[in-house]
Amino acid sequence: MKRNRLKLSLLAALAAVFQSGCATPSAVRVHPWERASLADDTMNPDRDALGTSMTEHVFFSREAASGGRGVGGSGCGCN
Amino acid sequence: MVAAVTRLTRIVCMAATAAALTAQSHAQVVPGNSFPSLAAGGLSGGKAPETAGSVLLVDFWASWCAPCKASFPAYSRIQAAYAARGLAVVAIGVDDSPSAYEAFVAKLRPGFTTLYDPQHKFVSLVQVPTMPTSYLVDRSGRVRFVHPGFHGDQTEREIRAEIEALLDEQSVAR
Repeated sequence: MKRNRLKLSLLAALAAVFQSGCATPSAVRVHPWERASLADDTMNPDRDALGTSMTEHVFFSREAASGGRGVGGSGCGCN
Repeated sequence: MVAAVTRLTRIVCMAATAAALTAQSHAQVVPGNSFPSLAAGGLSGGKAPETAGSVLLVDFWASWCAPCKASFPAYSRIQAAYAARGLAVVAIGVDDSPSAYEAFVAKLRPGFTTLYDPQHKFVSLVQVPTMPTSYLVDRSGRVRFVHPGFHGDQTEREIRAEIEALLDEQSVAR
């Protein structure tokens, strides 16, 4: 009985520690003023239109499938 | 032994809760809040203007933010139009690199005060929702309007109308 209580207490403590980690905004999100690197052009997967179309052509030819490039954009998220 | 572990567990739980609460202590500045003093957040790049009794327009910008670049000429026009009636425009740069901040200011040559927030201390106090964001603060130091983003003429028109209204208000003791 005492052992179970001990395990339960330890489990609760661990849960509290991990949850507090998730609740720390600085650990889980990039603030608007920290997006300098994301705003860089090299972070844009579509910066080279010709390269993208060639890659898609190769993918289509090899896999007999196209589309599905659901890559989220980069950028500074301004405005 | 069991009692000691239980006590330790309680302490860990309390510490974790306190850490979570502390992490969320800075809330976004919204209309109705007092705007933090420009002397509060380790700003560099020049002397903060004397703003007591003035209407204050504070803009947060960065060199990598295209709308910020578009907003500077508008804020220069606004400063020129309303400075004599008691408006002060202050733009706070949040670039990581001091050279990027300096190059931006040198290129655009704004007609208003620019300050630099190298450690992001001040912007963390304000918790801007996006880049750029501007805050209109009345003569008593209270935030009255917040403009997330800059949308060209539309934003400039809105800000001018709000400034006119704030300049017409009587000063209230802080």
